[in-house]
Amino acid sequence: MSDSAAHPREDDPDAEPVSDPAEADAPEPAGDQNRSTDGSIDEVSTGAESVVAALEAAGAETAFGVQGGAIMPVYDALYSSSVRHIMMAHEQGAAHAADAYGVVAGEPGLCMATSGPGATNLVTGIADADMDSDSMLALTGQVPTEFVGNDAFQETDTIGVTRPITKHNYFAGNADDVGDIVGEAFALSAAGRPGPTLVDLPKDVTLDDTDRTPGPAEAPAGSEPDPTAREDAVDAAARAIEDADRPLCLFGGGVIKGEASETAREFARTYGIPVTTTMPGIGSFPEDDDLSLSWAGMHGTGYANMAITHTDCLIAVGTRFDDRLTGGIDTFAPEAEVVHVDIDPAEISKNVHADYPLIGDAATVLDQLSAAIREAPDADEWRERCDEWKDTYPMTYSTPDDEPLKPQFVVEAFDEATDDDTIVTTGVGQHQMWASQFWTYTEPRTWVSSHGLGTMGYGLPAAVGARVAADTIGDIDRDVVCFDGDGSFLMTMQELSVAVRENLDITVAVLNNEYIGMVRQWQDAFFEGRHMASDYNWMPEFDKLAEAFGALGIRVDGYDEVAPAVEEALAYDGPAVVDFHVDPEENVLPMVPSGGANGRFALSEDQL
Amino acid sequence: MSGEHSAGIPGPAPEERPQPEGRRNLEGHRIDPVVEAQHDSRRAVISALVEDEPGVLARVSGLVSRRQFNIESLTVGPTTVEGHSRITMVVEETDPGIDQIEKQMAKLKPVISVGEVSGDAVTSELVLLKVQGDEPDKVHAVAEMYDGQTLDAGPETITVQLTGDESKIDDAIDAFEQFGIIEIARTGQTALARGNIPTAPGEKPGTAGEPTTPTID
Repeated sequence: MSDSAAHPREDDPDAEPVSDPAEADAPEPAGDQNRSTDGSIDEVSTGAESVVAALEAAGAETAFGVQGGAIMPVYDALYSSSVRHIMMAHEQGAAHAADAYGVVAGEPGLCMATSGPGATNLVTGIADADMDSDSMLALTGQVPTEFVGNDAFQETDTIGVTRPITKHNYFAGNADDVGDIVGEAFALSAAGRPGPTLVDLPKDVTLDDTDRTPGPAEAPAGSEPDPTAREDAVDAAARAIEDADRPLCLFGGGVIKGEASETAREFARTYGIPVTTTMPGIGSFPEDDDLSLSWAGMHGTGYANMAITHTDCLIAVGTRFDDRLTGGIDTFAPEAEVVHVDIDPAEISKNVHADYPLIGDAATVLDQLSAAIREAPDADEWRERCDEWKDTYPMTYSTPDDEPLKPQFVVEAFDEATDDDTIVTTGVGQHQMWASQFWTYTEPRTWVSSHGLGTMGYGLPAAVGARVAADTIGDIDRDVVCFDGDGSFLMTMQELSVAVRENLDITVAVLNNEYIGMVRQWQDAFFEGRHMASDYNWMPEFDKLAEAFGALGIRVDGYDEVAPAVEEALAYDGPAVVDFHVDPEENVLPMVPSGGANGRFALSEDQL
Repeated sequence: MSGEHSAGIPGPAPEERPQPEGRRNLEGHRIDPVVEAQHDSRRAVISALVEDEPGVLARVSGLVSRRQFNIESLTVGPTTVEGHSRITMVVEETDPGIDQIEKQMAKLKPVISVGEVSGDAVTSELVLLKVQGDEPDKVHAVAEMYDGQTLDAGPETITVQLTGDESKIDDAIDAFEQFGIIEIARTGQTALARGNIPTAPGEKPGTAGEPTTPTID
């Protein structure tokens, strides 16, 4: 211990600096005397117990995290709590798992880490949740209050670092208030437009005595906006929709977060309005519906991008008009009056001017619109045009005998072998695009991906979180399939150890092209094919690595091996990794070049 | 390497597809391509009533820098209500930009209310100026012209305090240039709405929705 103190490890409690006075004065851990037999905290005696009592009161069922010195009191209080803790391999994995858990379960995910490197490792996952408006609560340990600001061991200004990537963050100043703060942070993350919150927990605060039982989790005043849009604005938008010749719905992630998928489906079908979605909006509207044009944007379908280019009335619900959706603003839906429904006033006219701003909850406002629309727009001709575009720009790929296995084929094979409620998670890159293009999504909360931040490595920890969420809400028969790239998988594959330890039934399909494929594609299109730092040339054998972790590992090289591998992996009760060696030269198409016109999507590389 | 590969989806090439003639400007407004109206930026005074908690100034200034809003000055100070402070910002932005600042600030949890102070607001700034002490009589004369006060006068330097709106301060600084300005410290503009108009929308002067300190009649 005396030697190891010179090189302390965050996961080694014995390596705490011996001069930590808060440690010396620390009360004895409370043990189990304050806990009821059902594993929840009845009577609070420390700040840490107040934290856990607040989590229980808020209804949190699962936490993902990594231990460490400054967060140890909170972990100790979790010891016999009803909150289930999943020990992750890396804090980034904990944040992504919590994020995905929240997406699938529809409630805030919870992640925990210690101070310093624990907290900074969470940062990517918090930023990811922030960009995708996912509700999540992060709890971070912090050095004792009297050391804050002194560059103490494992000290980082976590509040400062996470301020721009959280909805709000809190520094817990004393043990009496810490439980209420945690409850508020939990509730705030789900209130209105969701987003991550964080509570920084100094070790002296969590160790300190308190008998204050936290109250119910309540979001701060003013954080739950009025769900109803102004009537006059609704009426004006209704008139615009009635008068439209080429109306188009654009459903974003807000439709899913607002639990408005049913309402949105009914709205589009009642008025016969074709539907496209954003990527986070995948699943809000069934892609096998006649009205569905699938999703729009950089790698969206040709027909969605034609429709969005030619619509004269765009009914956008719960979307922030990201640049990957709009392409160049100058050519985005250039003839459309925009009806923009959003819970966040700051998104109205931020990127695209809203002719009819409707600020409110997605389902509520769609109901208001339905009540105000007197007759459906006359859009027979427009629907025919949309159908023609589906025939003109079909989502196809070719499978010539002399070329390697196509990744799209793998995605389709999994889609065919699984039920509609299967949850798909992905990393970021080409595989992510194929997983979204060649899988037919029909249900909300089945598509779990990193959109706004574009975090490579999201897929596997997200699969862990999604699996735990599905099991927690009782959907133990749902499949969880993670499509990953070789590059993405390599970034967070240590979380496979968690899937094995917890015996999580997930299937990882690595679409292995031994490239950072999307970068390779851009280099071919825009950098004269100079493959600088995108060509791995070599990859470890993922099937054998999977076996070394204790998972099922399968390698696939050809078309005839796909179906048996898919079947075996899905049937396996536990984590399975299938390493599909796919065509390294395959490109994601169609493609709207960055800043280009959606209607000018390229259908082949030479059109870029 | 491309070309030989089988990649590609059938369908008309990009230039063969019809493309509407309409356009949007950078702010996402549909525009007539012939007469494109552009927003000019203008000066606006934004006032926010905030909870006086640690980090509130960092949250506001972080927001401003992250979203690349152009600000000229930012002042902060307590109000008569315990726990509430007022932040006053002078920004140079287009109308949509000013709208975004207000909306984004309103999303910060410690911000109680925020809005643009209407055009005829009372604005003022305080400036401390240190000039060479060679010509004390002239310095005093100029200071008097601008209702300034001499706070410190020594054999080598003289320090003057000035208050007023931006144009008066700018004029005064020009006038003091002749003496050689050694150092200058400016607080930035602060502002209140005139008369009964609340400075930040929804704000009840002296109460801000909270128990207030007694007012003096």
